[in-house]
Amino acid sequence: MTVSNADKPTLPERLGTIVKTPVGVVMGLIDAPMRALQRLTGLSGMALFFLAPNMLIFGIFVLLPLGINVVYSVTGGSALFLPERTYVGGDQYARLFDCGNYLDALTCQEDAFWTAVGNTFWFVVLQVTFMILAALVTALILNRNLAARSFWRAVFFFPVLLSPVVVGLIWRWILQRQGLLNFILYPFGMEPYNWLTDRDWSFMAAVGVSLWAHMGFYTLILLAGLQAIPKDLYEAAAMDGTRPGRVFWRITLPLLAPNLIVVIVLALIRAVQVFDEVYILTGGGPGTSTLFLTQYIYETGFVSQPRNPGLAAAASILMGLVLVVLTLLQLGLGKRGENKGKRR
Amino acid sequence: MGQIKLSNVKKSFGAIDVLHGIDLDIRDGELVVFVGPSGCGKSTLLRAIAGLEKITSGDIEIDGRNVNSVTAADRGLAMVFQSYALYPHMSVRQNLAFGLENARMPKAEIDKRIMEAARMLEIEPYLKRRPGQLSGGQRQRVAIGRAIVRSPVGFLLDEPLSNLDAELRVSTRAELAALHARLKATMIYVTHDQVEAMTLADRIVVLRSGRIEQVGTPLELYNTPGNRFVAGFIGAPHMNFLQAAVENARPGHAVLSLPDGSRLEVDAGRQVLQQGAALTLGVRPQHLTLGKGNRSLRATVRMIEALGSETVLHTELGGQKLLVVLPGQHRFSPGSEIDLSLDAAPLHFFDEKGLRLETSV
Amino acid sequence: MSRAASFIFRRRGSQKHGRGWHWTDIVTWLWLIGGLIVMFGPALWLIFSSFKTPAALAEFPPSILPYASQQVTVAGHEQPLTLYDAKMPDGTTKRMAEIRRIGLFSQMIDPADPGAPPVRINIDDRQPVRKLSFATENYTEPFVHFDFFRYLWNSVFVTVMATVITLVVNSMAAFALSKYEFRGRSFAMLIILATLMVPLSVIMVPLYSIISSLGLFNNLWGVILPTVATPTGVFILRQYMLTIPDELLDAARMDKASEWQIYWRIVLPLTAPALAVLAIFSVVWRWNDFLWPLIVLSRKELYTLQVGLSIYSGELNVQWHFILAMTVVTMIPVVLVFIFLQRFITTGIAGTGLK
Repeated sequence: MTVSNADKPTLPERLGTIVKTPVGVVMGLIDAPMRALQRLTGLSGMALFFLAPNMLIFGIFVLLPLGINVVYSVTGGSALFLPERTYVGGDQYARLFDCGNYLDALTCQEDAFWTAVGNTFWFVVLQVTFMILAALVTALILNRNLAARSFWRAVFFFPVLLSPVVVGLIWRWILQRQGLLNFILYPFGMEPYNWLTDRDWSFMAAVGVSLWAHMGFYTLILLAGLQAIPKDLYEAAAMDGTRPGRVFWRITLPLLAPNLIVVIVLALIRAVQVFDEVYILTGGGPGTSTLFLTQYIYETGFVSQPRNPGLAAAASILMGLVLVVLTLLQLGLGKRGENKGKRR
Repeated sequence: MGQIKLSNVKKSFGAIDVLHGIDLDIRDGELVVFVGPSGCGKSTLLRAIAGLEKITSGDIEIDGRNVNSVTAADRGLAMVFQSYALYPHMSVRQNLAFGLENARMPKAEIDKRIMEAARMLEIEPYLKRRPGQLSGGQRQRVAIGRAIVRSPVGFLLDEPLSNLDAELRVSTRAELAALHARLKATMIYVTHDQVEAMTLADRIVVLRSGRIEQVGTPLELYNTPGNRFVAGFIGAPHMNFLQAAVENARPGHAVLSLPDGSRLEVDAGRQVLQQGAALTLGVRPQHLTLGKGNRSLRATVRMIEALGSETVLHTELGGQKLLVVLPGQHRFSPGSEIDLSLDAAPLHFFDEKGLRLETSV
Repeated sequence: MSRAASFIFRRRGSQKHGRGWHWTDIVTWLWLIGGLIVMFGPALWLIFSSFKTPAALAEFPPSILPYASQQVTVAGHEQPLTLYDAKMPDGTTKRMAEIRRIGLFSQMIDPADPGAPPVRINIDDRQPVRKLSFATENYTEPFVHFDFFRYLWNSVFVTVMATVITLVVNSMAAFALSKYEFRGRSFAMLIILATLMVPLSVIMVPLYSIISSLGLFNNLWGVILPTVATPTGVFILRQYMLTIPDELLDAARMDKASEWQIYWRIVLPLTAPALAVLAIFSVVWRWNDFLWPLIVLSRKELYTLQVGLSIYSGELNVQWHFILAMTVVTMIPVVLVFIFLQRFITTGIAGTGLK
């Protein structure tokens, strides 16, 4: 960054120089060995060099675990160290699937697993359905000729950024006996009720809270899709005297379909993994009424005594298969699927 | 110093051959223009010389040194890119300094060179600005300045005027010519515009499909195009081509029959034309004159474009199109027949393969 | 004024017939106002609650704003006494301090006249004197007496380190994948795409064993490292870098720049907008991370804010006044991001679909 005396640097430039200089010096020092490396390896060698750190981290922390997961799932015992584990073949899977009646978790050997599967299934069905409906309605409303649209968009987006722990605690505080919800219902003659200790209400609370926390995200994608629909289509429809309902079904919905598919599959993928905010909200309870798959895996692998990493691994592989199917569905259905990531 | 010698340079991208063995000798201080239609390989050839593309086979020598394995940075050449490729996040000064800093040149020397180049190109007032704050013409100057400060043995210019509007292109073209005269450095200039090639070049290299069609001075190419392609490419509007058959050939003399049934007597020079052979007769639109002469054609006017200083006639002759450019203003009505004299026109003959037949009129 | 109002409440009906509310206008405004209350209400409730004393928190029905009953020190009594507006036996109302409560009666004394004998008053005849007061000790205590300052520091450390490494590592990979032709490039792309399908919940058991065999269990780096090679980060940066013209890189090569220099002096500065988006996201992600830190960190002094909060809120005897205050503290950075960078983020999500 040469700044000669001839033209005096402005203040931001000077501030920029102050920040850039130490970084620049470090980067400059790195440059000499980099040039040597480049002479040695050539351009494609440098490409591999740039790629290496990321792929190394991927390899160690994503690909390697994927492989080890399989090993865990076919070995038994509570030891974490692989050589200390004994080969048990498909026993872990057999244990997960050992069930008298798949529709009644209590008849299964791993009743917690089947309870978690059942809970997760109903959670996914309810949460995704309501979420898509709510997000679609919100997006349609935000797409109207609103004043201060970006403000309203921000209103619905706000909870998306909150951490699951904060979300869980906020709602735990609201739903407790002396909480806001009871306060609001009090004038209507409702006695204060401890919502989170009720099996059904706590499940509905889990659905509602995760809806509250994530709806804004899907609204945003749908809104982007709505705004990409050319305005002249609506003008043409208006010239033809098309009724508003028909415009929605024949123009808006078909043109929004690609976004809708992306949003539905993304919501499915996320809902299957539900954990954080519900764990904070209810801890999986009361009883096992809000026990979901991720929590089952976490508790089987880390919390239960003795812990059973093999069983947890087997369960996580089954869950992974569901996610793979959903992701392939997304890649297959949505052309723009490539960069719509779900992993952080 | 800035001799560049290419011997049998070939380049292929996968299975696609882009350059089919280029041989070329560029002398020190020469301004050579590579011209050809898009996709002819001229830009690839330039990038190969620059060192930005690795050649598949052949040799490139700069001042007698083989530079096949020398990186772009160390060939001592500077390049002006079509998009200018100015670093958008750096000021003009930083743009000019970047390469010199990388070469670890002392700061005082860098400043001196920048001031010199800036003065020469009249970009001093903009040194602190970012490229985004400059007009197209100013950016173009900065791009040239970035090449100049390096004092390269040769300049490589890749369609440097194509992003300018028509008016600016003409004035910048003149400035480039002046710059070359002043720097006396070797320049290789790539363009698809034959007017630029004609006005700037010491020598023009016409390329097509990865092969050199002809090398020569602008007037050589204009007066004696080596084949039909070059004849059609150099000169605007491009040369008229009429299909003809040799009817009566004697040494030094031939009678051609034209598609409209008329006959034309021509001098065949030393060339022996085959009786009955088909050939193409080429004549530039500007070389046709109105009126009957010793050799003349009768054509039907289809359309008239009055440009004021000249009149362009689109005429037809036995189903073939014939363009005529007449100086001054003329009135014709579409459909009328006119006589066109070839007496003053240099005629070009091309055989069935499109190669030039040496004849004199 | 009315013009401003008609602008804000412009509606379908007004476009069509010039006046009147179409039913969709009513739905729209009900939805928007309802959304405003439902989305912001809970957070506001949290903030108001966080300034209440434990006693005020236990009240039902709760007050919306934090009130505290006023206390007064009366000569002859060691403890400060609570002030009440009491209905005196003679029918007047007087401000009295409560000494003690006996059954349905309260023994009260006039703070202005501590020498006078105490008065017995029915507890239904007295109202506590309350005024708006913010229990700031909810905020200061956890920092002083608990480890919350430590947790805050851990969270900041994890967030900053992970974000910096994410930016460097992802941008390098994106540079390689967008600006070079080399063997194995599409394979690398495929692997990165595949990792999109592997969420933490699927690999937490083996990942834990890798972290502990690397000696990173109970180490903040064990939290940081697995998160930094985000596939989404590589994708958005690559997408952006593809728009940088290759001629610029060629120009730099002619300018004797090394590939490393091209990376950090040409490509990185030009990728700044995408880097900024990724940085914001990374900060939010890492700040909010919960499950993985919960697995890796078992020593109290290493907890991040999220883990610390969850552990304290999971205790049998939840000290809500502290929990609420610390929840607010945990929320602050994200709210700041929301307020100042909201537009940036929403357009980023709309454009790339990442979260």
